[in-house]
Amino acid sequence: MSLFLAASIIVLAVLAIVGFAPSVAERVRRLIPRRETRERIPAYDPGRERRAEARARALLRSVVSADEYAMYLELGFIAVNGKEGDGGYGYLLYPHRPIVAFDVPTGELLNEYCVGFPDRSEPSTSQRLPDADDVLAKWMSLRAGERELISAANMHVPGRQLDPEQVARDLIRLREWRARRVQAAA
Amino acid sequence: MKLVRMKPGHGDVLLAEGDPAVSEDEERLIAEFRRQLELGMWAAVPTFEGTRREATMVRDFDEVPKDAERVVFFPPAAGG
Repeated sequence: MSLFLAASIIVLAVLAIVGFAPSVAERVRRLIPRRETRERIPAYDPGRERRAEARARALLRSVVSADEYAMYLELGFIAVNGKEGDGGYGYLLYPHRPIVAFDVPTGELLNEYCVGFPDRSEPSTSQRLPDADDVLAKWMSLRAGERELISAANMHVPGRQLDPEQVARDLIRLREWRARRVQAAA
Repeated sequence: MKLVRMKPGHGDVLLAEGDPAVSEDEERLIAEFRRQLELGMWAAVPTFEGTRREATMVRDFDEVPKDAERVVFFPPAAGG
């Protein structure tokens, strides 16, 4: 008799598990708070990039020379001299645009070096550094290891991404800007 | 010495600050320095050559000049 009772209880228990387990499991799942699986996208903030650029400019100002910082503010790029060979060439560092190499005496455009500094270390809505940070990253990389930076870049003939006439105008603006600085200092 | 890092949407962010001559600070600075390099960041130290502004890339905390005020971390260059 007791054997029959035990067997009945076991059979009932198995039937109960088969019958009710899915719905019980679903209820338990609903009770446990779900973990956020999607990456949180920060709320749109129109001032965010502006504040980032202001901070980036402060860092740029503290690292490059006063002339170079003024050049960035007034012309939108920084010109630096190359260090390799006879040094008769220079680079124009534009934010988020290729580095342009040019011959200093003649102003002839030599090459475009397409290079960026995308931040892939953290999932983020943007990998793009503020403009002034991008220029500073180029500046520091060039000053510290010109050959390493150039070898990381994709080299193209002038005109691939930047309008050569615009760059030629920028070189004229640079020459005039420097002349004005010399005059003002005299 | 300050360790700062360029970040998208932020500008520079202070990661750590301390006096490398103090062993506790030095340990903290070294740990953060290594963490950034493990994340793939490049590290540069702004320097002076006379009145000229320059920069030096560093790959180990030992390469950071003792009198350096800052180490700037930024993402590595990639061909565009």
